[in-house]
Amino acid sequence: MSIEALPAELAREPHRGRSWRLAARNPSVVIGALIIFVLAMLGALAPVLDTLPPSEINPVFRNKKPGTERSLRLSDGTESKYVHRFGTDSLGRDVYSRVLYGARVSLIIGITVAIISIAVGLLIGLIAGYVRWLDGSIMRVMDGLMAIPAILLAMGVVSLSRAGLIAVVIAIVIPEVPRVVRLVRSIVLSIREEPYVEAAITVGTPTPLLLVRHVLPNTLAPLIVQGTFICASAILVEAILSFLGVGIPPETPTWGNIMAEGRSLFRIYPHNIFYPGLCLALAVLAINMLGDGLRDTLDPRFAKRV
Amino acid sequence: MAATGSILAIDDLTVGLPTGADRANAVDKVSLSVAPGEIVCVVGESGSGKSVTAQAVMGLLPRELPVKSGSILLEDENVLAAGSTRLRDLRGTRMAMIFQEPMTALNPVMTVGDQIGEVLEIHTGLAAAERRLRVLDIMRAVRLPEPERLIDSYPHQLSGGQRQRIMIAAALVLDPALLIADEPTTALDVTTQAEILKLVRELQQRRGTGVLFITHDFGVVAEIAHRVVVMQNGRVVEIGSREEILRRPRVDYTRLLIAAVPSLKPPMRTPKTGSVALSTHALSKTYGSLGLLRRGRVVAAARSVDIAVRKGETVGIVGESGSGKSTVARCVARLIAPSAGEIRIDGTDVARLPERRLRPHRRHVQIVFQDPYRSLNPRRTVGASIIEGPINFGLPRPQAIDRARRLMTLVGLAQDALDRYPHQFSGGQRQRIAIARALAMEPKVLIADEAVSALDVSVQAQVLRLLDDIRRRFELALLFITHDLRVAAQICDRIAVMQQGVIVEQGVAAEVFARPQHPYTRALFEAAPGKDIDFGAAAGTAFNNVNAPSHATTGINS
Repeated sequence: MSIEALPAELAREPHRGRSWRLAARNPSVVIGALIIFVLAMLGALAPVLDTLPPSEINPVFRNKKPGTERSLRLSDGTESKYVHRFGTDSLGRDVYSRVLYGARVSLIIGITVAIISIAVGLLIGLIAGYVRWLDGSIMRVMDGLMAIPAILLAMGVVSLSRAGLIAVVIAIVIPEVPRVVRLVRSIVLSIREEPYVEAAITVGTPTPLLLVRHVLPNTLAPLIVQGTFICASAILVEAILSFLGVGIPPETPTWGNIMAEGRSLFRIYPHNIFYPGLCLALAVLAINMLGDGLRDTLDPRFAKRV
Repeated sequence: MAATGSILAIDDLTVGLPTGADRANAVDKVSLSVAPGEIVCVVGESGSGKSVTAQAVMGLLPRELPVKSGSILLEDENVLAAGSTRLRDLRGTRMAMIFQEPMTALNPVMTVGDQIGEVLEIHTGLAAAERRLRVLDIMRAVRLPEPERLIDSYPHQLSGGQRQRIMIAAALVLDPALLIADEPTTALDVTTQAEILKLVRELQQRRGTGVLFITHDFGVVAEIAHRVVVMQNGRVVEIGSREEILRRPRVDYTRLLIAAVPSLKPPMRTPKTGSVALSTHALSKTYGSLGLLRRGRVVAAARSVDIAVRKGETVGIVGESGSGKSTVARCVARLIAPSAGEIRIDGTDVARLPERRLRPHRRHVQIVFQDPYRSLNPRRTVGASIIEGPINFGLPRPQAIDRARRLMTLVGLAQDALDRYPHQFSGGQRQRIAIARALAMEPKVLIADEAVSALDVSVQAQVLRLLDDIRRRFELALLFITHDLRVAAQICDRIAVMQQGVIVEQGVAAEVFARPQHPYTRALFEAAPGKDIDFGAAAGTAFNNVNAPSHATTGINS
């Protein structure tokens, strides 16, 4: 019983806030967060970053290479030079502008999907983990959901409703929820055996309060980590859906549908796919780096090794 | 210091701690020696540096704990100067170690025979067939039944005692000069512990092995030691023969430690006559049910348990692991639902109440758990944990906080403890907090489920005194679950001995200890280490002095 308590005691309970400070020093967290911040700023500030309206069609300037110049008539009648930095697509739309605006959709979808699937998964997971008699049926439904290929399910959902942001978000959330449920359920199952949870039961803490007060806080760190991975995968799935033509309609540019437009002329005009593809890869890489770094520092199962 | 001819001579060993630890050195100028055929017990409380000393000898110190000075001579060879290759040669052949937890020290995916054979494979050029013979030999030597069958078993197929025998076999197969045993019986039941201690003594005598035996348990010391080294905060405070240390300790700290070991002789206690606060009738708990696909295996964790605890009375349930004593405690606290029987709290049967109707009764029964590190929510302040219950039952917050303040004083902690977090307290202090949390509910029944088992002996005595004190003060019915006969002897008015889910004997503590009726009870008492030395009585009345205020410090902070 008498284990040399000293080092174990220090390792068991890091000071409050210590893990967050550790995270802020982790290079992959810092780099990842920085890239995401830059991409988000590019999307948010797109109108003032020398862009054209992303859906403005110009039949004269179709399929121009990056760096092509043209003159532009401004609203006050004067003319000025405009450089198509990333070239134009087959309808003469400026790819640079479309990529910047496309960052909005990608990031919005990534973050919304992460938040919604975590909220829904957390609720279902808490119930499945704590209410034993519901556990079996809930988990079988989740297993069933996981058996349906995510892309197929998303295509089905989108084609059943009008394609749009909300439909796409719902379509991506559904296959992500079971993963969150599994994670939360496994944490709840181990935490509910902790003596402090049993102590709370014996002092008569009502079940919902018990879950929120004693169980929920233990799920937060792993969920934040899981959230970043969901965010990355949602951005990818959205791009795939748009690329397949079942996602956001082409009036709203997203990285996926810009690439879809460029697909037919890829061999001659690779820039149509290259730039949105680069942004997509960068965004997913950055989010995954952030997630990995957070997992190493926040998630107790991994933090011990650091 | 290093006597010529000693197997191990540690001289002036100092091992550092990382900066920011509570002291500069984990081990500070420690000198001790082990002669051939001698068992030297290093005894101390947690954090005394006894395990670090053992690790230093084996060359197993983690990088954060550097050896600063001193020498360790193993048969006149300085192991501190040995390179990693030489150390690897020495381990297994000249020195070997056995650990506390026999399950985690064995590889679950290798047969135990292969694990013993591995030592031979690494250090000798024996062929596979010869190795197998040697393994069978040593397995016989450690008295494992049917070695031919066990040699091809996996660790999970063996009992805890058998696993520890395998560990000992692997350690001794090459006849090392020195065996280091780091709390090898702490995780074992008392009857198994007695067998393992006997085995170690026997093998060591036959082979002339020197043994460095690390333990926190003075009972074990009394049972096995030739010489004793007492450590405190990284320093050796006293070295002497078994008789000298146990009967005539010279240093205050040693005296204090020995005095804190509860005596096996129960003091006379006046029978309690209050009304029955808690009673169970034919309480049973079975696990496993008839499955749909297979015939379910039903395990009866508790069968027909009848227990009654009066107001102001302490009833102990004593038993080894798996005896069902904790199952009874958890049923009474209604953390699990009993399969059959009654649990009467002040006359009301709560055994079958659904959660909603149970809640009003919950406040009457409170429980203090074994592990002080896990029984408080690490994210909430001590105050928040204590006032949670009273607020659940409608006490306004200011009054709840006021009650928490008074409870802090009662359990011997400062009031500003309420604003701090559990990790800022030691194990003993956390256990006091857990007791305060239970008392905040003003319960009628308090269950202590191995509540002092994880604590150091000096802290244990203080927490026991606190429990006894509040039991008297609040007329609590105290249900005391323990595997430790010494503790049970000191605190219980009556005890019930459980074995495999059944109470085999029940009665007034003094009588059960003096005249055990059931064979199992007798076997249990027989196995208790250090029977021949009457610790508490010989060294004064550290525990029995119930009039002393509970929070009086005895020189060691809990």
